[in-house]
Amino acid sequence: MFKIVRREEMAEGTVILNEIEAPLIARKAKPGQFVILKANEEGERVPLTMAETDSEKGTITIIYMVVGKSTAIFRDLKVGDEYQDVIGPLGKATHLENVGNVVCVGGGTGVAVLHPITRGLKDVGNHVTCIIGARNKDLLILEEQMKAASHDLRVCTDDGSYGRSGFVTEELKDILDSDKDIKLVVAIGPVPMMKFVSKITKEYNVKTIVSLNPIMVDGTGMCGGCRVSVGGETKFACVDGPEFDGHEVDYDELAKRLQAYSEDEKKCYEDYCALENA
Amino acid sequence: MAEKKEKKEKIPRQPMPEQKPEIRRRNFEEVPIGYTPETAMLEASRCLQCKKPSCVEGCPVQVDIPGFIGFIKDGDFTGAIRHLWTKNSLPAVCGRVCPQEIQCEGRCVVGKKGEPVAIGNLERFAADYERKNGSGDLPPKQSPTGKKVAVVGSGPSGLTVAGDLVVKGHDVTVMEAFHKPGGVLVYGIPEFRLPKEIVFSEVNFLERLGAKVECNTVVGRTVSLDELFEEGYDAVYLGVGAGLPRFMNLPGENLIGILSANEYLTRANLMKAYRFPEVDTPIPIGKDVVVLGAGNVAMDSARTAMRLGADRVRIVYRRSREEMPARGAEIHHAEEEGIELFLLTNPTKFVGNEEGRLTGMECLKMELGEPDESGRRSPVAIEGSEFHMDCDLVIVAVGSGANPLLTQSTPDMKLNKWGYIEADPETGKTTKKGVWAGGDIVTGAATVILAMGAGRKAADSIHEYLTWGW
Repeated sequence: MFKIVRREEMAEGTVILNEIEAPLIARKAKPGQFVILKANEEGERVPLTMAETDSEKGTITIIYMVVGKSTAIFRDLKVGDEYQDVIGPLGKATHLENVGNVVCVGGGTGVAVLHPITRGLKDVGNHVTCIIGARNKDLLILEEQMKAASHDLRVCTDDGSYGRSGFVTEELKDILDSDKDIKLVVAIGPVPMMKFVSKITKEYNVKTIVSLNPIMVDGTGMCGGCRVSVGGETKFACVDGPEFDGHEVDYDELAKRLQAYSEDEKKCYEDYCALENA
Repeated sequence: MAEKKEKKEKIPRQPMPEQKPEIRRRNFEEVPIGYTPETAMLEASRCLQCKKPSCVEGCPVQVDIPGFIGFIKDGDFTGAIRHLWTKNSLPAVCGRVCPQEIQCEGRCVVGKKGEPVAIGNLERFAADYERKNGSGDLPPKQSPTGKKVAVVGSGPSGLTVAGDLVVKGHDVTVMEAFHKPGGVLVYGIPEFRLPKEIVFSEVNFLERLGAKVECNTVVGRTVSLDELFEEGYDAVYLGVGAGLPRFMNLPGENLIGILSANEYLTRANLMKAYRFPEVDTPIPIGKDVVVLGAGNVAMDSARTAMRLGADRVRIVYRRSREEMPARGAEIHHAEEEGIELFLLTNPTKFVGNEEGRLTGMECLKMELGEPDESGRRSPVAIEGSEFHMDCDLVIVAVGSGANPLLTQSTPDMKLNKWGYIEADPETGKTTKKGVWAGGDIVTGAATVILAMGAGRKAADSIHEYLTWGW
């Protein structure tokens, strides 16, 4: 069992942070890696990339948006409650190397995944510019932490309620126009956002890394549920990724595959909400 | 007169009562119902108690078959299970999933002139009787040796190693990547062939013997092989299986509605998705289902799809019936449940709609050519035989390979060209000191009992090493 030692509500309670006791995972985890969590006996296995790990305290931190039944069950866990199963660290760690000037782009809860990678890239000596975005000011997360993890933080909101008005891609374009020496872009967020970031960086011929979030079951390479097309080849995101060359990913296929169980998911969530409200 | 006498003396092989096909095809309950004590004793009385029993030679873990059957014949069911445990820590599993017709029962003398003694059914009976009515008393154990062994993977071979070594007094820890132990017994073989409660009961038996089971531990990620030695383990056994699904590598294979058999069966069995939405893991329900491949995993997938409510389930195979690798009994059960064999057919392309969901496949008819190296006649496409087949769910059951997750992080261990671990076939020793391996990660996908046989040999070798050194 894996006890929750800290819990925070972010972004109007739609985004939740859990710090969980998992000493074996905390000891080994590196930026970019994920865990699989299962709340209880009847629960499903849910993959989430770690936002933080503390090897001394023996804890890992996950940040997730409540989008369906499983994340709603996670949300309802209090400090002192336990996850029945936490498995990890899984996936390949981010390749951290000093390449010079780097831009990290995060959207929605992708910012949580981006955070340890940004800090890692800064720690190895890169100059890191960071762009984070959300639909509006209240949904923005980890602004302070991202500021500390980078040299220069830019904020965008779709509705202009905070920072620059518009999408992160517009800010990215401006940076790429003004600084011809960007060597790497890391983009983590919703599939359309990663798709458009990759489209832009391709025009500027800047290497781009994205972190993919397909449906997973085991997370250890034994089922292929998480398969994605990268450069025309099938890869398993859980063992070959989750990070891939953004210019090679088939985003449309990924977006479709993420809808495989949409009806079941919707029904499950509605039933759970109805039960909670009853 | 002579004929009459013969009939009177000869007891026929006692049939295993089964759920009727038209009922069981829509439920997940076990198909065979099991012997009653009376039937078991009657069947046991058919054993000739050979002095040099050839049935034992046919058993990969050398169970003393006449020995345990003798106890059943006398009505001493507790004696039977205790006798079985000395050679086999998973009798409830083996009695159900072993291909006895090519092992113990295939060598039975009684079978030369009639039906062989139902050894598998009797083994199953003894184990089930103990589980339901037994005293819970454990077999004797040797005093602690102070040696620590890590067993990586809790499938059939790992559990066998753990059982053998814990009885010999070693401190054994089994490490499992999934959240439940059992390996293929839990995620692969369906409930209707092997109820999961039985697997957990066998694992619990090992835990009561003193073996520790740590789930959620991915050796190669959570802890490396070298770290296990640093943590004080004296020997490591790798029984991680061949859990890397093979796909057909055809256009359209990433459409929604195409799953590896591993994924489909893991959802159904380990995650109990057949009970969705009572449990949270969903599973695609196909109306018109195609299973690609013709091994036991294909049969399990097809029968699962039928139980989940399919209107039609077809097994599509590129060779003919004679070449199908599944056990005859499995094919028979599948056909009884209404599953169709669609033979000499090979898909060339998957077709989907705008949402990226599968709607059908393009296929070619095949004919059999000359036998290949393995002796099987290889299929050759018939020119101009292209046709379309509608389907909304395809389960790919064309085999599995070696999962590289562990071996990638262990560069000093020799692998063969397919990524399987090289291990001495007699001892299970790998090229890395203190590390043994067995089961599917050495041989490629095979059977439960062969993995257990490999585990037995490795356990003997590990015990020797821990006692005497190399």
